[in-house]
Amino acid sequence: MNGAAGAVSDAHMPAKMRVEQASKIYQTKSGGVHALDNVSIDVREGEFLCLLGPSGCGKSTLLWSMAGLHGLTSGKISLGSDVINKPHPEIAMIFQEANLLPWRNLGRNIELPFEIKKQPPNRERIQKLLKRVGLEGFESKYPRELSGGMQQRASIVRSLAVDPSVLLMDEPFGALDAFTRDEMNLLIQEIWMETGKTIIFITHSIAEAVFLADRIVVMSARPGRIANIVDVDLPRPRPVKLQTTPDFLERVEAIKAMIDHRPNS
Amino acid sequence: MSDALQDKIPTFGGKGQKTEVGIAGGASALMGGPSRSAFEIAIIALVAVVIIGGAELLIRLFEVPLYIFPPPSAIGAALISEWPFLWPHLVTTICELLIGFSIGASIGFVLAAVITQFPFAEKIITPYILLLVTTPMLALVPLLVLQFGFGWEPRIIAVALASGPMVMINSATGFRRVDLAKIALAKSFGASTLQIFTKIRIPMAMPMIMVGMMIGSIFGLLTTVGAEMVGGAEGLGNRLNYYSSMIRMPQFFAVIVLLATIGITIYVIFFLIGKKWTSWES
Ligand SMILES: Nc1ncnc2c1ncn2[C@@H]1O[C@H](COP(=O)(O)OP(=O)(O)OP(=O)(O)O)[C@@H](O)[C@H]1O
Ligand SMILES: [Mg+2]
Repeated sequence: MNGAAGAVSDAHMPAKMRVEQASKIYQTKSGGVHALDNVSIDVREGEFLCLLGPSGCGKSTLLWSMAGLHGLTSGKISLGSDVINKPHPEIAMIFQEANLLPWRNLGRNIELPFEIKKQPPNRERIQKLLKRVGLEGFESKYPRELSGGMQQRASIVRSLAVDPSVLLMDEPFGALDAFTRDEMNLLIQEIWMETGKTIIFITHSIAEAVFLADRIVVMSARPGRIANIVDVDLPRPRPVKLQTTPDFLERVEAIKAMIDHRPNS
Repeated sequence: MSDALQDKIPTFGGKGQKTEVGIAGGASALMGGPSRSAFEIAIIALVAVVIIGGAELLIRLFEVPLYIFPPPSAIGAALISEWPFLWPHLVTTICELLIGFSIGASIGFVLAAVITQFPFAEKIITPYILLLVTTPMLALVPLLVLQFGFGWEPRIIAVALASGPMVMINSATGFRRVDLAKIALAKSFGASTLQIFTKIRIPMAMPMIMVGMMIGSIFGLLTTVGAEMVGGAEGLGNRLNYYSSMIRMPQFFAVIVLLATIGITIYVIFFLIGKKWTSWES
């Protein structure tokens, strides 16, 4: 749990995804914005990793690079032996606000990845997933007819339908109310436990990170660096009421202190 | 094109960010409109009956001469009796409109799709398109007649020139509404530039494309008829000239009824298409 900017390697498990000395500078009219500075992370196979940090610290920048949606200024990201410089079929992204296409009904939204990959949709898997998240029978509904939580569940189904091994989630529940958020956190924990996917999850809620993560990568602002990596060894499945236990609150406080006492902020 | 997108992470603001101000000022004004109940439709029909019946009555009561304003019954009778002579002209007008509009709209649509991908080119070209939109293309017809004679070519060119820029400028407004998050979504599943275009950009732009098509086709109709009046040996516009010069007003108004029918048909067609393809916007 010591502050380190270097690689967090693990001798016991091979890295599923590896970020090596990633830096990114955005070129803008008013000069360069240093968004990411020398970030290295080894993501373990099947782990639930949370990226936690203040707004503007470069979390999305890092995640978008991991998704192959934009490049780095320097550094390297790899999945197994594949270098990520464009979207990879094993990696799916879940966006803040479900990002469903409003002109398609739920069923056709979920089939979008298959259409793009020119594959017949795996209806059996889609049905199973819809049932799992409680959206069975809603296929003909349009996004505007669904609540925010339902839309986000649909977007999770859309991503899982093509069976990726890595899920990248960029503040997926940030726009939801507290109750729906708890519900979604439980659901994503269950889905993670059932499917064994590797999940990298961005949040700026410390409690959400502690609740969900195996490990929390705490980032500092401008330029985005890794300030700390925190292991969360709370037993699973974690119930919602865990969030009010002293142990949980202590962990939250510890991370908060870590962020508050960061030098030169 | 993809490079321009690459570095932008979209911020998720309010849900319906609608900032575009097209020629039409928004899709809903034309495409939406309140839906009507059977009762309301009955009232609308009733009003039509009252107007037509009232006109008939007043014209007969005040003995308005036929050459000033024929009663509706005379117009109806003329429509039936002149039909054998009128329908070839109707076909000509519809063909000119369809061909001219198809050419103009296709060029306008493609131009809009391409040009919006290159902001610099767009900035340079837009003033000229605006010039085309605001200049009545009818004014070119005499010039075109000198070039091509009194055949269908000048009319079709004028129609294409009148409708194309309308389609172009509204479609461009639609294509400018890029939603980076949706494009990123498609990309994350490995979508090609073409797939992003067909699965994200076109549906996204569809409401404005429809507005452009509707306005463009109505402008096309105006220009068709005008061009036929200015320089044509056939078509409904030519018939207007003919009947008015002969002071055959019932026949003249019968032609106007036909033109109104074409206009309303265009509106209904685009209304129905718009309802099917752009209802997600409201
Ligand atoms: N396309 C861009 N051009 C210039 N600067 C950018 C661009 N995208 C992001 N930035 C800047 O880079 C920094 C990191 O942005 P990023 O979106 O990765 O932060 P974040 O941690 O995801 O923040 P938030 O929690 O608010 O989503 C910010 O200062 C942001 O202003
Ligand atoms: Mg972000």
